[in-house]
Amino acid sequence: MIPASFDYHRPTKISEAVALLGDLGAEARVVAGGHSLIPMMKLRLAAPEHLIDLQDIAELKGVREEGNSIVIGAMTTEAEMIASRFIARNCPILREAVLQIADPQVRNVGTVGGNVANGDPGNDLPAVMQALDAVYVLSGKASREVRARDFYKAAYVTALKENEILTQVRVPTPPKGHGYAYLKQKRKIGDYATAAAAVVLTVSGGRCSYAAVGLTNVADTPLYAAEASAALKDSSLDDAAVSAAVKAAEAIMQPAADGRGSAEFRTKVGGAMLRRAIAMARGRVA
Amino acid sequence: MAKMHVKMTVNGREVEGLAEPRMLLIHFLREELDLTGPHIGCDTSHCGACTVDLNGKSVKSCTMFVAQANGAEVVTIEGIARPDGSLHPLQEAFRQHHGLQCGFCTPGMITRAWRFLQDNPAPSEEEIRFGISGNLCRCTGYQNIVKAIDAAAVEMAPKKEAAE
Repeated sequence: MIPASFDYHRPTKISEAVALLGDLGAEARVVAGGHSLIPMMKLRLAAPEHLIDLQDIAELKGVREEGNSIVIGAMTTEAEMIASRFIARNCPILREAVLQIADPQVRNVGTVGGNVANGDPGNDLPAVMQALDAVYVLSGKASREVRARDFYKAAYVTALKENEILTQVRVPTPPKGHGYAYLKQKRKIGDYATAAAAVVLTVSGGRCSYAAVGLTNVADTPLYAAEASAALKDSSLDDAAVSAAVKAAEAIMQPAADGRGSAEFRTKVGGAMLRRAIAMARGRVA
Repeated sequence: MAKMHVKMTVNGREVEGLAEPRMLLIHFLREELDLTGPHIGCDTSHCGACTVDLNGKSVKSCTMFVAQANGAEVVTIEGIARPDGSLHPLQEAFRQHHGLQCGFCTPGMITRAWRFLQDNPAPSEEEIRFGISGNLCRCTGYQNIVKAIDAAAVEMAPKKEAAE
């Protein structure tokens, strides 16, 4: 499969990339790892006239701590996330989720920024970022921040404007001893989730003092499940509270029927993933 | 559209060529450089038959434009045997353990395993299976592929000095 022709650009600074995007307009696209965009181009579902490759922009790479935030450069690859001891220690749900994305070769080129910016409801990191209440930094002529919980509008439609590049993901560092889990049901390695659930919670004196639930691939956007999160908070994470959370989460799921199952089946899988993720997260509270 | 000048190191050799940016790396390797070891299987980044090593990492060359690989260091299955032509221990192990039947996935499988064993020289069976999870084989059921990689890891391990 041969994509349509394009002119290729490889800037070395964010400002240069933003300027190119501004000058070239709607016919330009940025490419990170390319594992979502290139298949679309091969199918000619996308045919940008200009491709702006971000691989040489050093300021977009790497993970660092900044105050109470974990700052992830958009071009940090998924493999680099897995290898990061800092991530494993301070925000292990990210490592757990990234390990379930695609396969080793894809993770070597696939990036955090691409995964969250693309707006594909099947991507795994958006729901995790919603559970973590991460903020995306969008750079255009000026820079602005949008919460992951407000970023996704519809399938492939996000708050990102045509002249903006998602340059950073800022994750508030979860408190020490927090519980977490990302559980994903998939048919095989490399598949999108039939349904998946991300849970981050804290427990203090036997009561859940904070809970946040994100859901992958059960609607045309990733879902932050506010009511499910509220059902867990201030409970002892007993069966009644967990069942209430699962029910609230299932109520907002609207998965498409596809090769992964009927809408009803995928909703039940979503509920099951959430129930197990809550139990796993609780078991990990230190 | 204008062709661009592309330069990379492939199997230790500097190569140059003119290519449209949209040319996929796999096509550049196979059609411009005559390196037909890496195969085009699914053409959708699932099967791993096109796996090559790029700057020290396994990648699927069907999902990368040659423009993105400009300046890179690439190793294909053709670069894995010893310079004298004798087989690399992984290739020998695939032969000994019947790690292939039709052979279509084998170049990608070995190129992937070659990098995997450099990253993890003493893997468990589970780690091997996870390490090659981006490579599909429709013949073997993977058993003998896993055995071959395990045997190669043992063969390649630094030998302990015999006896104290």
